[in-house]
Amino acid sequence: MTVGIPFNIPFLAVAALVGIALYIIVSQKNLIKLVMGISILASGVNLFLITLGYREGGVAPIYTYAPSGIMVLPVPQALTLTSIVIAVATLALMLSMIVRTYRHTGSIDSEESRIMKG
Amino acid sequence: MRKFAIAAALTVSIALLVAVAFLLHPFGYPPSQMDDYIIENAQSETGANNAVTAVVFDYRGYDTLGEATILFAAVTGVVILFRKRKRENKQ
Amino acid sequence: MSKIVRTMSRPLILFILIYGLYIIMHGHLTPGGGFQGGAVFASGVAMLIVAFGSYNIHQRLKEHHLSILESSGALIFIGLAFGGLATLFFYNFLVGSSIFGHIPPSGPNPGDMWSGGVIPIMNLAVGLKVLAGLSAVLLTMALATSLTEVEE
Repeated sequence: MTVGIPFNIPFLAVAALVGIALYIIVSQKNLIKLVMGISILASGVNLFLITLGYREGGVAPIYTYAPSGIMVLPVPQALTLTSIVIAVATLALMLSMIVRTYRHTGSIDSEESRIMKG
Repeated sequence: MRKFAIAAALTVSIALLVAVAFLLHPFGYPPSQMDDYIIENAQSETGANNAVTAVVFDYRGYDTLGEATILFAAVTGVVILFRKRKRENKQ
Repeated sequence: MSKIVRTMSRPLILFILIYGLYIIMHGHLTPGGGFQGGAVFASGVAMLIVAFGSYNIHQRLKEHHLSILESSGALIFIGLAFGGLATLFFYNFLVGSSIFGHIPPSGPNPGDMWSGGVIPIMNLAVGLKVLAGLSAVLLTMALATSLTEVEE
């Protein structure tokens, strides 16, 4: 069995990003910091998808004036495109809801608006 | 008590992530049978020079349809959330 | 914004529009495609909103024009998907000898613009949709949170 770059460093980077994002989501109370944690989680997942499809010494999978060499896998790059667009759409909706919550209750602390009022 | 449970769950999750990072395939050598077929036959079947665009719009067009729907729903939701209420005359 | 910013952003928006359309139209030959070109043009609209203020931009560019653009992009995409229904749902029915039907030689080659089947038209449709959608989101959020508005 062949050995790649020792100890799989990009996968450890993905584990670090997802771990930091999970800690932020669990422990912060400010709503803007929660949204930042969710955005870091989305970035970690996109990085994981791209580094799954790397071939050692490969070039981009495009045939126009292509240099010689083996090509990397194109399917994880297509899935990452979709994931980035979905992350942008979710971020826009979350920020709009935070603006509405601030106008309705007057604070962006998630402990202030736990009990439903009329 | 509650903080202790949250800290234990977080530690177990991060340990699981690091363990999976060591158990995956070695970094530069992915298992790839479907992608070998796509790289060989994308130019003669679709006629495009860009394998990523051929995958996004031809081999996996359903995913692009679902993503266009999500973008449309998100834009509609943002415009609805910022609509001004017209003042009705109350007697 | 100051007078220098307002004067320089008028010719720059034309160059940004041409760059975005170039990325959309050459999606089947070079890296890029519909989503990337639409995002480039939406960043040009963001530059206009920062330079001129959201109230002045809203007087020329209403939301129902952008809504017509976005809906027409979605309808063209669905119509092309139904066009190949004789074989499958998303079948590439223009590869052959029709409008966009050349087949490039295999291996590295300088690209041919009239190749690709149904993919360049789908790139245009998705590019219109992303352009109109992201510009509508930017315009709505900038208008609703500006400081010169009267709060209810």
